[in-house]
Amino acid sequence: MQLAVNILVLAAIYALIACGYVLVYRVSRVLNLAHGELMMLGAYLLLMTATQFSSHWLVAIAAAVGLSLIVGVLVYLFLMRKMTGEMVLAAVLTTVALGILLRGAVVFVWSAQQQYPAQRLEIANFAIALPGGARISLCAALLVATTALVYGGLLAFLRFGRWGVRMRAAGQNPLLAAQRGIDLHAIYALAWGLSTLTGALAGMLIALDSGLDQTMAIIGLKAFPAALVGGLDSLVGALAGALIVAGAEVLLIHYVDPLLSEVVPFLVLIAMLIVRPWGLFGTREELDRV
Amino acid sequence: MSRRPRASGYFRTGYAQDLALVEARTERVALAVLLLVLLPFPFLASPFLLDLANQVLLASIGALALMLLTGYAGQVSLGHAGLMAAGAFTVGILFKEAQAPVWLTLPAAALVGALLGVIFGLPSLRLRGLYLAVSTLALHFLVVYLGSEYETRRGYSTGIVIDPPTIAGVAITSGRAWYFILGVAAASTLLICVNLLRSGTGRAWAAIRANETVAEALGIGVAAHKLLAFVVSSSLAAVAGALFAYYRGFVSVEAFSLFLSIQYVAMIIIGGMGSLLGAILGATFVTLFPYAIEAVLRAMPGAQRYAGSLFAVNYAAFGAVMILFLVLEPLGLVGIWRRVQTYFLMWPFRHRPTAGRQR
Repeated sequence: MQLAVNILVLAAIYALIACGYVLVYRVSRVLNLAHGELMMLGAYLLLMTATQFSSHWLVAIAAAVGLSLIVGVLVYLFLMRKMTGEMVLAAVLTTVALGILLRGAVVFVWSAQQQYPAQRLEIANFAIALPGGARISLCAALLVATTALVYGGLLAFLRFGRWGVRMRAAGQNPLLAAQRGIDLHAIYALAWGLSTLTGALAGMLIALDSGLDQTMAIIGLKAFPAALVGGLDSLVGALAGALIVAGAEVLLIHYVDPLLSEVVPFLVLIAMLIVRPWGLFGTREELDRV
Repeated sequence: MSRRPRASGYFRTGYAQDLALVEARTERVALAVLLLVLLPFPFLASPFLLDLANQVLLASIGALALMLLTGYAGQVSLGHAGLMAAGAFTVGILFKEAQAPVWLTLPAAALVGALLGVIFGLPSLRLRGLYLAVSTLALHFLVVYLGSEYETRRGYSTGIVIDPPTIAGVAITSGRAWYFILGVAAASTLLICVNLLRSGTGRAWAAIRANETVAEALGIGVAAHKLLAFVVSSSLAAVAGALFAYYRGFVSVEAFSLFLSIQYVAMIIIGGMGSLLGAILGATFVTLFPYAIEAVLRAMPGAQRYAGSLFAVNYAAFGAVMILFLVLEPLGLVGIWRRVQTYFLMWPFRHRPTAGRQR
């Protein structure tokens, strides 16, 4: 039972991070390898706002979420906009470089020590007993709920929202979308903003649950296989992929070897790339030439 | 390597001239000057500078290997550090388990690299671009995991210490000796690359990079040549990793993080894609960059304040430089070099004549 809860929590983490990869990829065909670092930056933003609004934890989180949205939009406006029309690989490498830059900047500003934003916000992270003898910490439960909420919101937004429909259109055929008067730059900026926002949410909740240091960026990278297994352009796929990857990881750690934790997602990734490179729910595309 | 015509309009008149690597007198003079600078260098430089030079030579071997694969054959790899780790661990394991001498471990490392090259290359038969990069990234983690598994299983969790290699009964320990060994290694790697690239294999790689479908239509075995590119590049990278292990006298997975892969990719981007000179320039730049940053920070007032965050500043500055090159100068250092060259060749004119322009 505890195993099932562990899988659920890890899947929620991966799914919440993976939807950031999916959003940016679906709209602009760019793989954002700086997502882990952006997510870490979001968590550190919470640390910053936590000192400002230490009494109101909700205000602190809301402020950090707002800031991370702005960060995402700025990243697009000042960096990725210059890479539109370049080779896809150049854009991907730019995100890699951005990730390195962010990691250095974060250590420079907040030091490499482990931090605990939960203490600053005075949130007691108590364990909740579930029926069946399993336990789940408050923040983990919050994380699962947030993931469900974010996915519900995003799916509804893409299906019914005016801007959501525009986003789908831009992803399907940028040229036609632009011809119909859709402002592509605005759409891309929105996608980057939303992606950073969801990533930052994940980062904050993980930081509240288990503290915060530079290793968080690695969690971001480990969530990437979840996005790819499900199909890089499918939100539902990201959910399924997160469940598969998290399931494989928790079970293998439990029954085989704890050291495997670092590689399991990538093993799943290799298996998927061999069998079905475009993922479970992804559209089969003409893969891009270098 | 595509030869650019000299401004003088020098034309070759025989096959021997076609095969010559150094053909004009200015080139001979330039090479002689280069050797005159490089040969006495270890006898004049401080141990610190000598260590830097050795690091640059090591990085050049790795960068040349990656340049063959990415810059010429057009196959992206984010797993370069994994291959170097494989080479280093081959040395470490053979030394610890069998006390194997260097003339056995280096070929073994090359062999392991070649085998891994086949494995790394297999996805490239189906995947392209982004997906290929991701698959090599995953394989990198797999190789590093196997290395760390060996470390923990055998109780070397802090790393494997290996003795310096002995050649003809003499242990290579001094930086000066290493300088010449690494210099010869880097020079022969360069020679291998140059000769490969002007052979049929090199032309096949160029064709695959330009357009796979057309290459196939021209009768080039695309799958075989892709795998060959991976095999050659991987075995060179593994040898570089093995030399790195011997040079440091120490093998540990810590040294082969994802960041190292990114550094090598940065080398070929900063140097300039599709140029062997670029690989060497990029390797030099990326290797010396952190030391330059450190020197600059030292020179700034209030140096003590930054001392603790030197690592962070290095990291951030490296990311920033990589972004600047990607956005502002995609052709890299070689692009700048060529522009300067053209400027002086054409002076007092500003542009190349359009008629009779090569390419």
